[in-house]
Amino acid sequence: MSPFHRSSNDDTRVRKLFDVLHIDPVLLCLLLAVCALGLTVLYSASGHSIAMVINQAERLLIGLVVMTAAAQAPPEIYRSAAPWFYGFALLLCALTLVLGDHAKGAQRWLDLGVLRFQPSELMKLAMPIMVAAFLHLFTLPPRWHAVVLTLMLIGLPTVVVMVQPDLGTSLLIVAAGGFALYLGGLRWQYIFGALAAIGAAAPILWARLHDYQRQRILTLFDPESDPLGTGYHIAQSKIAIGSGGVFGKGWLEGTQAKLDFLPESHTDFIFAVFAEELGLIGICVLLTLYLAIVGRGLYIAARAQDSFQRLLAGSLAMTFFVYVFINMGMVIGLLPVVGVPLPLMSYGGTSMVSLLAGFGLLMSIHTHRKLLAS
Amino acid sequence: MSNDVNYKLKPVQRWRRLAVLGLLGVGSLLVCGRAFHLQVVEREFLTKQGDKRQVRVVTLPGHRAAIRDRRGEPLALSAPVDSIWCVPSALLASPEHVAALAKVLKQTPRELTQFLDERATRQFVYIERGLPPDEARRVLALKAPGVFSTREYRRYYPAGEVAGQIVGFTDVDGRGQEGMEMSYDETLRGIAGSRRVIRDARGRIVEDTDDAVPAQPGADLALSMDLRLQYLAYRELKNSVLANRAKGGLVVVADARTGELLAVASQPGFNPNNVEDRKPGRMRNRAIVDSFEPGSTVKPLLVAQALEIGAFRPNSHIDTGAGWMQVGRLTVRDVHAQGDADIATLLAKSSNVAAAKIGMQIGAENVWQGFQRFGLGDRVASGFPGESAPLLRPYMQWGQIATATASYGYGLSVNALHLVRAYAALGNDGLMPHLRLTMDQPLQPPQRAVSAETARELRRMLELVAMRGGTASRAAIPGYRVAGKTGTVRKVAATGGYDTDRHQSVFIGMVPAENPRLIGLVMIDEPAAGDYYGGVVAAPVFSTVLQGALRLLQIAPDACSKDCPPDVPPAQLAMPSGVDVAEPRT
Repeated sequence: MSPFHRSSNDDTRVRKLFDVLHIDPVLLCLLLAVCALGLTVLYSASGHSIAMVINQAERLLIGLVVMTAAAQAPPEIYRSAAPWFYGFALLLCALTLVLGDHAKGAQRWLDLGVLRFQPSELMKLAMPIMVAAFLHLFTLPPRWHAVVLTLMLIGLPTVVVMVQPDLGTSLLIVAAGGFALYLGGLRWQYIFGALAAIGAAAPILWARLHDYQRQRILTLFDPESDPLGTGYHIAQSKIAIGSGGVFGKGWLEGTQAKLDFLPESHTDFIFAVFAEELGLIGICVLLTLYLAIVGRGLYIAARAQDSFQRLLAGSLAMTFFVYVFINMGMVIGLLPVVGVPLPLMSYGGTSMVSLLAGFGLLMSIHTHRKLLAS
Repeated sequence: MSNDVNYKLKPVQRWRRLAVLGLLGVGSLLVCGRAFHLQVVEREFLTKQGDKRQVRVVTLPGHRAAIRDRRGEPLALSAPVDSIWCVPSALLASPEHVAALAKVLKQTPRELTQFLDERATRQFVYIERGLPPDEARRVLALKAPGVFSTREYRRYYPAGEVAGQIVGFTDVDGRGQEGMEMSYDETLRGIAGSRRVIRDARGRIVEDTDDAVPAQPGADLALSMDLRLQYLAYRELKNSVLANRAKGGLVVVADARTGELLAVASQPGFNPNNVEDRKPGRMRNRAIVDSFEPGSTVKPLLVAQALEIGAFRPNSHIDTGAGWMQVGRLTVRDVHAQGDADIATLLAKSSNVAAAKIGMQIGAENVWQGFQRFGLGDRVASGFPGESAPLLRPYMQWGQIATATASYGYGLSVNALHLVRAYAALGNDGLMPHLRLTMDQPLQPPQRAVSAETARELRRMLELVAMRGGTASRAAIPGYRVAGKTGTVRKVAATGGYDTDRHQSVFIGMVPAENPRLIGLVMIDEPAAGDYYGGVVAAPVFSTVLQGALRLLQIAPDACSKDCPPDVPPAQLAMPSGVDVAEPRT
């Protein structure tokens, strides 16, 4: 037996193991790479707190377990459970408004005694499943009445989350539903029509926004106008990123974030720490990793075997990208400050678990394909 | 659902795929482009902005130097202490730490919370200043959020009340507020250093940069005071003030030759270590800051002037008649009628009538000039803050009455140091030294006030004062010849004129009379226990203090033993503890 033979045997054995576990090794490797980077930067951003790193690593483990578990169920189960899941998430979101804990002025948290979490995270998962399952009922591209019903499915939870108020998450929920609809073959006419409607509704929306939300948007265009208030986050974060330069100051060498000049440096603004310490090169590497994850998700969508799976996979992948883009854009000063963490990197449990659960769905879709060609 | 439909799933339209990819590309490019802009184009500007926020210059207080007496005994010392300060908002966020902190600082949590609440918007609030380092460590060990310490120095005054009014004190920021601490603040303070540090957003110093300018400690200040004599003067003065139920008093002891002030005690006193003691009435050094009418103590100066200009001779006789005389509306009175007597006797008996007659005879200008000779019109320039200026009106404004009253010491005001300086001239054979409070003041050559002969003649006359039959036999010191003069000055009444029941009892003298080394002045303000004559109230204090001083300074006696009054027992003298009797470092 030559070593080649043995290795090829091992190779197939490993592949079989992954098939049995319903894990996509490529996606897993990419996710672990980002998470490893995240834990490394977290150590620096938290001020060398090994306890926080361990805490986050535990959540990562929980997330991986949830992901593996989610990957075991075939996609059909999700499709048939979609209305229940969606209804349950919507109910919890509505409950939050009534019973929720206040954290920093917003009712986002629900305290279940043992567990404290944000139901809106659940909605981020339930939304693409529901829309995909709903559109699966029709021949695609959907007719106008299907589109209207879908928009209602998207709109209801979005409004509930928005009044919590949690602008960032509601954007992600819209994105999740919207991408599913888009991939379902939404006609150009509808898309342009919707864009025009949004344009027309913008002034009304503006009037409906909370003062602090409005302030954040205004600050984006002129951060120096209020350097001690709303502009502080952006100004400090720009200083941190800018002082990093092309090659960065080196791991643990960042000063702006570590010296507490940058609030929330280990949660929503961890990207600033990352950029300060690892520089432009680090940003490019991280972005490449994120794009690879999105790419793998789109690849899974392309190879999906029914419209539900394809729409779900595509929506999950694109929402993930929107997630990344909103956070990076906010930290880097392209978008207003909305409370969206950097996926897989920011300190925090709920988003880590819900994201990995989403990737569990992708793996389920990928590993439960019926082998037609072979 | 029908699976066969799904198997015929059409590939996603090409343009739809491209739109998705385009979205990814545009998003990524935006992020990368923005990062490039910040990290390459604006990098320098942003880095500078960052440094502005982190790099601060911290001033380091110099170690405040010590104040010592002439022999090196410490009078004021700086010990390192820690001041606790906080960022109220950070601390208030953690109520359990507020409670723990309040416990350590012996406050109630409610008090502390209220204190912090009122200052919640500030970034820097002192919670406790000047804690001993071990207590500060206990506070910091609580690890309360937003609580920090700053190294400061706290001033301690080992001599306490004994030297309080001369030494003065500093405020909580280490700036001299009173006394020598104030006059010599710059010398003592030293030069503050600085260091550039990296600070975090909460003000904590994270690391030092290399370019630090170390603080330079101040230079020690040596006072001319001898703490042993000061203690003696303080103790005897306080006893006398209590015994006579007096309002206050003062004692000054000076070196007759050099003009160095060896002891300056003033009552009521205060302890500079005790902040509650710091009340204006108690902090005031009456010997330097307060003026009073010198009364009879100027009579020797008048006589010296009369001798100096040749108007009288030492053996001249003056007829004081029945002990009173009329000058215009003014009636000048003596306590006891002296009749016709020589100047020495009249001086020993402190005859006002004789003084008025001398004054009237030599005229206003000569009386004025006599006082000027002895510096009663000039500042003492001791370097002590708030030293009072003398009030000696020009003789052109004097009428008959003013000339007569000035001759026995009314109508002009001086402080105790003026009299000490004038008597030092008599003790120093006519050479008037400049008074000094510190050892570092340059020694200026003494000014000649009167001739050596006149000074010696006056000393001989003044010896009679402290002998049996003089007004101040109680000023005598066994083994030494004492020359001096009493004064019993009526105080100006609030209604104008003079009170008959409020006095200042004064004795000023010098020992050894043959060749004086020490000048001593005692003044008791408003004795209320019955006696008020300077010879009864002030002279005994002079005797005790100067006797101790002579012994401490090992000054040889000048009286042979057979002249010593055998009936005066040697005074019992307790030394201040820890003080050894050694040759002074003069």
